[in-house]
Amino acid sequence: MNGTKNGARVGDGPFSEEARAALDRAGLSRRAFIRGSGALVVGFSVSGVIEPLGPVLGIAPGAALAQRLDGAGSNQLDSWIAIGADGIVTAYTGKCELGHGLYTAQMQLIAEELVVPFNRVKLIQCDTALAPDQGTTSGAQSHPTNFNQANLALAGATAREALLQRAAARLGAPVDQLAISAGVISVKSDASKTVSYGDLVGGRPFSLPLNPAAKRRHPSEWTVLGTAVPRVDFPDMVTGRFEYVHNVRVPGMLHGRVVRPPAVGATLVTVDEGSVAGMPGLVKVVVKKNFVGVVAEKPWQAIQAAARLKATWTPGVGLPSQRSFHDSLRSQKPTRDTAMVNSKDVDETIGRAAQVVKATYLYPYQMHGSIGSACGVADVRGDQATLWSASQAVHPLKNSTARVLGIRPDSVRVIFKMGAGCYGVNGADTVSYDAALLSQAVGKPVRVQLTRKDEMAWENYGFAFVIDQRAGLSADGTIVAWDQEAWSPTLGGRPGPNNPGNIVTGLLAGFEPAAFTPRSPAPDPTGFANNSNAVPPYVSGCVGGRCGGTGTIASERVLTHNVKSPFFTGPLRSPERLQNTFAHESFMDEIAAQVKADAVAYRLRHLSDPRLIDVVKAAANAAKWETRPSPRPNRRRSGVASGRGLSCVLYEGDNGYCAMVAEVDVDQDSGRVTVKRLVIANDCGPISNPDGLRNQLEGGALQGMSRALLEEVTWDDQKVTSVDWRTYRPLYLGADVPVIETVLINRLEASAMGAGETAVTVAAGAIGNAIFDATGARIRQAPFTPERVKAALGTRN
Amino acid sequence: MSVINLRVNGRPHTVDVDPATPLLYVLSDDLELRGPKFGCGLGQCGACTVIVKGQATRSCITTVASVAESDITTLEGLGTVDRPHPIQQAFIAEQAMQCGFCINGVIMTAKAFLDRNPKAADADIRQAMSGVLCRCAANVRMLRAITRYAQEVKA
Repeated sequence: MNGTKNGARVGDGPFSEEARAALDRAGLSRRAFIRGSGALVVGFSVSGVIEPLGPVLGIAPGAALAQRLDGAGSNQLDSWIAIGADGIVTAYTGKCELGHGLYTAQMQLIAEELVVPFNRVKLIQCDTALAPDQGTTSGAQSHPTNFNQANLALAGATAREALLQRAAARLGAPVDQLAISAGVISVKSDASKTVSYGDLVGGRPFSLPLNPAAKRRHPSEWTVLGTAVPRVDFPDMVTGRFEYVHNVRVPGMLHGRVVRPPAVGATLVTVDEGSVAGMPGLVKVVVKKNFVGVVAEKPWQAIQAAARLKATWTPGVGLPSQRSFHDSLRSQKPTRDTAMVNSKDVDETIGRAAQVVKATYLYPYQMHGSIGSACGVADVRGDQATLWSASQAVHPLKNSTARVLGIRPDSVRVIFKMGAGCYGVNGADTVSYDAALLSQAVGKPVRVQLTRKDEMAWENYGFAFVIDQRAGLSADGTIVAWDQEAWSPTLGGRPGPNNPGNIVTGLLAGFEPAAFTPRSPAPDPTGFANNSNAVPPYVSGCVGGRCGGTGTIASERVLTHNVKSPFFTGPLRSPERLQNTFAHESFMDEIAAQVKADAVAYRLRHLSDPRLIDVVKAAANAAKWETRPSPRPNRRRSGVASGRGLSCVLYEGDNGYCAMVAEVDVDQDSGRVTVKRLVIANDCGPISNPDGLRNQLEGGALQGMSRALLEEVTWDDQKVTSVDWRTYRPLYLGADVPVIETVLINRLEASAMGAGETAVTVAAGAIGNAIFDATGARIRQAPFTPERVKAALGTRN
Repeated sequence: MSVINLRVNGRPHTVDVDPATPLLYVLSDDLELRGPKFGCGLGQCGACTVIVKGQATRSCITTVASVAESDITTLEGLGTVDRPHPIQQAFIAEQAMQCGFCINGVIMTAKAFLDRNPKAADADIRQAMSGVLCRCAANVRMLRAITRYAQEVKA
């Protein structure tokens, strides 16, 4: 790899002659030196190099920031941490800020492990030329990945121990006689003997591997991590200084606009370039297979040209009726079948059960619907490309963009710039391809921001589901068998490194989505995993003699059939986990009501995991849960009825415990549901930032409420019809919002787990159960619109 | 194209653009301001809001020609990181956002409303915010921050 060509273009950056000369003298042609966009890097410090670069890079004289460029999944300390002569600690992470507070939390982690003040930490995130390849920032995996005994946290601990060892040699005292304060190591018995981090390693590499045995600072010692450090980015955000990807401006940058097909499956027949000839500012009409776009000097010019461009398309392939869509999934062939657990005795156990309960739950396609439509900037010149992208997956995007452009992955650099909250694979990746294709066509940097409609009509929707539940009960009302069978359509998904056709621009440019591989019947599971929460919390989850579930029911079967989706699908905050949990937690509530048991007590009777039991109890206690069966006694059949419901989950089977109590009012005349109060108990191990955690739980709860009550993708026989905020109407700021109370269970001895997707997962179940408690009407299809609530009210006894 | 004079955050600007250009593009691309955001381009979400002659105005559906010579205030015009406006300070104090992309519309809409209705009740504030969208659903904290600022205004 030729580093000077690695998108970092030493020659044409904002470098002074001195700086370039210094680089040359140091023989650092393989290092990328960049300024701009806030990203910076300096190769391993070489005497005489750093000083002239200081002003260029905007860092203090003497500060060195070292970073390997080949740091993919690196076990080398220098890939993660560098310490300048001024003692500033710079950390590099492959897990990016998505609006959930991770940037601040990772700064806290580094400050804590290295025992330096928070304001002496710099963090470089998600730049393929600088940061370790940590795959995708998703699935509430950032805390498990970077806050346990590995990766960023381990790098911090390794660095601290290495510094102590070097100080011991320098100061002539054993490590256990040393103390650290604010990046200065001193001898406990002689405070005059000190040495600073800058003196020990400033500007030089550690040249050490990560030490798997390095001892992290125990949470009981924490002074920065574990505290409510305010978000470092908020002051810039509230004053309009923060640079989102939407604000990236590159010299000579042009503006692009894409023209998407009018219907799903429509292909391009002709483009009449004459229709836009002579339009002001128009630079080029770009066509590549079914990808169509325009480039102009200014955004408004591109918008007008795209609107006027005459393109002829074939009719679409036709879409299935939305009204009968869920039913049609059951009979759709072929299927790809997956069995999570199968004790092989479920039919027999249910056959001799004293009582059998059945129900079916329906979940719609939903959108990420980011508040800012997706934006990307690309600068493609010849065989070199630089992208500024809000993708959750910069390293995979680097590879897949290279495929789209037909250039080498080594020649692509992706620089993460935050976008609007994405909640999964929104339009960030696809718009990056859009910008890259248009830039390649004109040989100049191009910025593209999608229209609201182009984003909403073509994004990778959250999964629709049909879920059949069946349970057998013993004579005493205990569940003895649980059987779940689900159908869910899929198409495409995250593009990953090799599947650009998994998102719309890749498809239009000629790439196929990842193949749908039929598989039926499902092979027997070989180990227990519950990443998608398809396995209900109440079963034992036994596979091959090992039981990984959180419950006690031994007779268990969980089978999912994936079928081909007419629309792109992809991860949307709590993908599958939310839909499955809605079904499990509604069904558990139905069974409890059937046997006239209290919904909390009945859950506890079937749970085995002590931490899940604890969050259920904590939420119920905080909500002052009244122990009695649902629905509530003496309820009214008209007017406003009030009720409460509970729902719980161990997210992904191992990544965050959460229980929620919802209290609702149901207007039985209009069918309108108002959520009055949400009480959330959460356990994600040791808490990094309690206020950040609360912010995530509150936002997750309300986003979950919005999805439970309001959100649904709609379509006609040709195209998606929910294409703006009138046709896809989520929760606005004027809406009634519940009081939200959070109970944080802080387990200092446990591993760090995710917390970004727990509350959103349990909201629909808790709200649906509260509607039942209030009214006696069970609602089994989300969203719980007034029409559906009215229909459910009409069928109650 | 035509030459249009604008007064943004107290400073005069002259731009030479198609007079039908929505104000948002002039602010974002000609003036390179980062406060007003393109969210929907349809006036449905509030992310592009600026204050024109005291009114919260959706700059994505307002032509630049229609606000020539008017006083336009953007988020940048309220305060700075070092000297934030009290309403900006309230949002920091309450840690009342997540991704922050919508915050421009939230703050500008609330400020314009409270400037004209300093004694507004919570229900009125809620009504004023009913066309503003936060997809991270930080609603509870945002309403708390607005209330905090409103109380300061009253005091």
